[in-house]
This record gives sequence, C-alpha cells and structure tokens, in this order.
Amino acid sequence: MPPPVGTVIRCRGLRKVFGDIEAVAGLDLDVPSGACFGLLGPNGAGKTTTLRMLLGQSPRTDGQLQLFGKDVDDYRREIRHRTGIVPQADNLDPDFTVAENLRIYGMYFRISSNLLEERIPELLKIVELAHRSNDKISTLSGGMKRRLILARALINDPDLLVFDEPTTGLDPQARHMIWSLVHRMKRSGKTILLTTHYMEEAERLCDRLVIIDHGKLLAQGRPADLIQAHCEKEVLEIQGSLPGGFLENLPADGLRIEQTGESYYVYGDQADSLLAVAAALPESSCLHRRTGLEDVFLRLTGRELRQ
Amino acid sequence: MIDFRPPTFRLEALAVWRRNALVWRRMMGASVLMHFGEPFLYLVGLGYGLGRFIGEMAGIPYFTFLASGFIAWSAMNVASMEAMWSVYTRMVPQQTYEAILSTPVQVDDIVIGELLWCATKSLVSGTAILGVAAVLGAVGDWTAIFALPLIFLTGFCFAAPALIMTALSKGYEFFTFYLTLVMTPMFILCGVFYPTATLPEPMQVVVQFLPLTHAVALIRPVVVGQPIGDLWLHVSVLAMFGLIGMWIAIALVRRRLVI
Repeated sequence: MPPPVGTVIRCRGLRKVFGDIEAVAGLDLDVPSGACFGLLGPNGAGKTTTLRMLLGQSPRTDGQLQLFGKDVDDYRREIRHRTGIVPQADNLDPDFTVAENLRIYGMYFRISSNLLEERIPELLKIVELAHRSNDKISTLSGGMKRRLILARALINDPDLLVFDEPTTGLDPQARHMIWSLVHRMKRSGKTILLTTHYMEEAERLCDRLVIIDHGKLLAQGRPADLIQAHCEKEVLEIQGSLPGGFLENLPADGLRIEQTGESYYVYGDQADSLLAVAAALPESSCLHRRTGLEDVFLRLTGRELRQ
Repeated sequence: MIDFRPPTFRLEALAVWRRNALVWRRMMGASVLMHFGEPFLYLVGLGYGLGRFIGEMAGIPYFTFLASGFIAWSAMNVASMEAMWSVYTRMVPQQTYEAILSTPVQVDDIVIGELLWCATKSLVSGTAILGVAAVLGAVGDWTAIFALPLIFLTGFCFAAPALIMTALSKGYEFFTFYLTLVMTPMFILCGVFYPTATLPEPMQVVVQFLPLTHAVALIRPVVVGQPIGDLWLHVSVLAMFGLIGMWIAIALVRRRLVI
C-alpha cells in the first residue's frame, strides 16, 4: 500500500460530553501525512478523550472525524488495519512470551502466520529485544516493555502510529531509545501522532503540535513558531523571596513576570535587561536562559496545579 | 445510554477464542484437574456410596443417573467460572481487551469469542466426565457421544448470563453472590441428584424456568441411551438463555469498554 497522501487525520468541531462535563469542546485538527504531530495539554485537558475518539474507541458526541479520508465510525476496521497504537499503560499479554505477544497480536489483524514468522524477528531486532524473544513479559524492564509495545504496534506495518505518552516513567537511556525509534518511524514515511507532558520531547520530535486545555485548542504550529509567537526570547528564573517593591520597580522596561510559589520568571526580549535584573539581586539565585516550549505551554495553560 | 444494537458475528471472534485456547494449552494440567477432579470425586463418592443404598432412581442405576446430572452441572460450572473470574481478569486487571480493541477486533468479537471459549471449556470437562462414566460402565450406548453438542450448548447458555455479571461487576466479590444465589440453588434443585418430579408442585413449576433443569433433561437420556422427551423445548430454552444473554452481555460490555 503506498503511503497516504495529504491529510491523515482531519476533524472539525469534535466534541465529547460526559454528563454535564464537556471534555472536548469543538476541536479542529489536521494531521498532514508523514508528519510527527504532537497533542499537548495538562492533565484533564482532553488529550486522552480526543485520542480515544480519533481511534474510534469512544463515540463522539458531535463533529466530523476522518482518518485517511474516511469516517471513523463507518470504516473502523479498515482504519484499524492501517493504524498502530502505543498505549500509555502496559497492556502486554502476561500469559505469553515476548515473541508470542507479537504473534497473538498479529492474529487479531488476521495476518498470515508465514508473514508473522518473517516480521516478528525483524521487529524484535528493530526494538533490540531479539535476545529476549522467549522470555516472559514479567521479566522485562519498563523500557523493554515499552519497546515491545512499540514493536507490537508495528505488526500490521501501519501508515499511522499513535503514541500516548511514550516515555512517561522511563529513564533517560530508555527515553532516548524511544526517541530514536520514533525518528526511525518518521524516516520510514509513517505519520505519527503523539501526546506528551514533556516539552523537550515535543520540541525534539514534533514537526507540528497543538496545545489544548479544557477541551479547546489554544495554539498550533511548529514548535519554533509557537515559541516566537507566544513568548519573549529570554527568561530569568529567580529563586527565593524578593526585596519589597522589587517587582513594581524593575531596573528595565518591557519585562513580564510570572510567579509559582517563591519562584519568579522574568521574561524579556533583551538579554541586557534581564542581566540588569539579575545584577540588582546579588543575594538571589538567578538562572538566565532562552525560552522554550515549556514557557509557551505554561503561559497558555497557566501555572496552577491540575488534579 | 446503552448500545443495544444487535451483535455482529465476524471471524475475528475466533482470534479471541484462539488466544484463550493457546493460554489454556500450557496450563491444561491444572485446569483439567480442577474442572474434572471435583465432579469425579462427587461421582465416585456419591455414585458408589449412595448408589449402594439407592440402587435405581427413576428406573436408571443411580451411578448413571448422577453421572449424567454431573455432566450438565459441570458444564454450567465451568462455563460460569470462566465467564466470571477469567473474563474479569482479562477485562480489568490485565487490560487484555484494551489491547485487543487497538486492533480490528471489536467488543462484539471479544464477547462472542469468550462465550465460545467458555462453551469449549465446558465441552472439555463434560467429555472428561463422560469418558470416566463410560470407563466405569455407566454409559448406555455409543450414542452417548451425541451428548457433546448438548454440553457445548449448555456451556454457552450459562456463559452468557455469567458474562453479564462480569460486565456489571466492580470486583471478584460480586461473583460470590451469583455463585451462592443462582448457581448453587440450580445445582441442588434442577434434577442433578433426583428427578424434579419429586419436588413439591409449586417448586416443579419454578424449576422449569431454570436452565439447568433443561440441560439435565437433555443430557441425561442421551447418556443413558433413552429417547429425549421435548427435545426442541429444552434446546430452545438453552439457546434463548444463551442468545438473549449474549445480546445483553455485549451491550453491557460495550458500555463498559467503549466510553
């Protein structure tokens, strides 16, 4: 099957209501073919609900939703055959070994056993689990399980790969391994949709992303463009309490301040202004850095804690 | 809102059946011992022990009478247990269905595959008991093998309501109620140990509404080698319990997994 052309996921006015809670409040999304697309938002923003609707695992309350140009409800089976899903939770089958997990999963896609016996060693090699092929799932580390889940999602050679928080709870080694695999999938022409809480991850992997909160779209674009559009160039992080009246009489103009507890974030476009602020606070610990996606995210979704 | 659209039957259900069969194959020893050991003990203990004093019941040697009742009882038991404890384990703690639903397999396929699997397990245990009964000389004729499809039907009939319990359950404790309030009374009242005709008349009416009565009424004559009375009535009752139960079970599992 040739890689899909154009838009892989397209939704308009997507809504989901649970009782009197509107979890997703009218989303418009376009995921272009071959892109790595990020769906970002704090806990409870509606990411998982959106993902479940996109995958046809949850009926939508309202709106249009097409994958590969076809309605999700009417072409569920066909869409499934072209989609690979890497869920957040470990739902490997504990009753089977590593290779058997792939074999059983392939069976659900009704892939012939000849093709499976060809594909399974290849996939285990890609995710570097070939040596664990006959081991029980319970003997694998968290990172290995995640890699196996990725291999499992590839069993049907999908055109679209969906990752739900692919590196949550992993150590840096395992995380870098997953990143490298995502890049590899991208190079092989697959379209990727991922959710994550890690802005560094989104910046590294995503060509385009959307930030949602309370079920609504807050911003969308390329990571670099979003930073440019929504945030100053630089930030000074100050830890600890400030002298009285300091915030009202900053030593430079055009600065914006955010606060979390006893931490202060002074945003500005000129490094000199920020350095002047730091110089006026010889007693405080200050960190001067360039702004990133995390600053955009916090600016758009607020700094208060989520449930 | 419960989605009561009729179930769709697709080949994907067989993949779910096969998954369970593959797991079972490696734990076969323990499983067969459990589902077959208990009825076997009952059969030998009660059949020989009581049989000496009772001699015949309803014109049938008591050992044979009991063996044929136990086949029906074991079909009920094995299918119900599988549809409750094992299905719950796959649905909740193991999240097996969550993974399966990421593939072209749908809720309907899962429930139908599970019900077929439960019936298959009944068939295995029923066949084992039938084999033992045959070896011990309690089976009338080779025609007793016609009991096999009836055992499968019995398993299917009981798996469906048990799976409804599973779809409604928040934990394993819930199943104890079903076991004590539904399955045990049927075991005692539905003709496994004695003909239902000996019950007080109002009770005779009540047991006609319990599916185990019909399962026993089908399986016993076949094992003994007698013609079945009211064949289609009994088959219809079992099939109705199974099919209506399946429909409800699918609707409830849809509600639980597709939200």
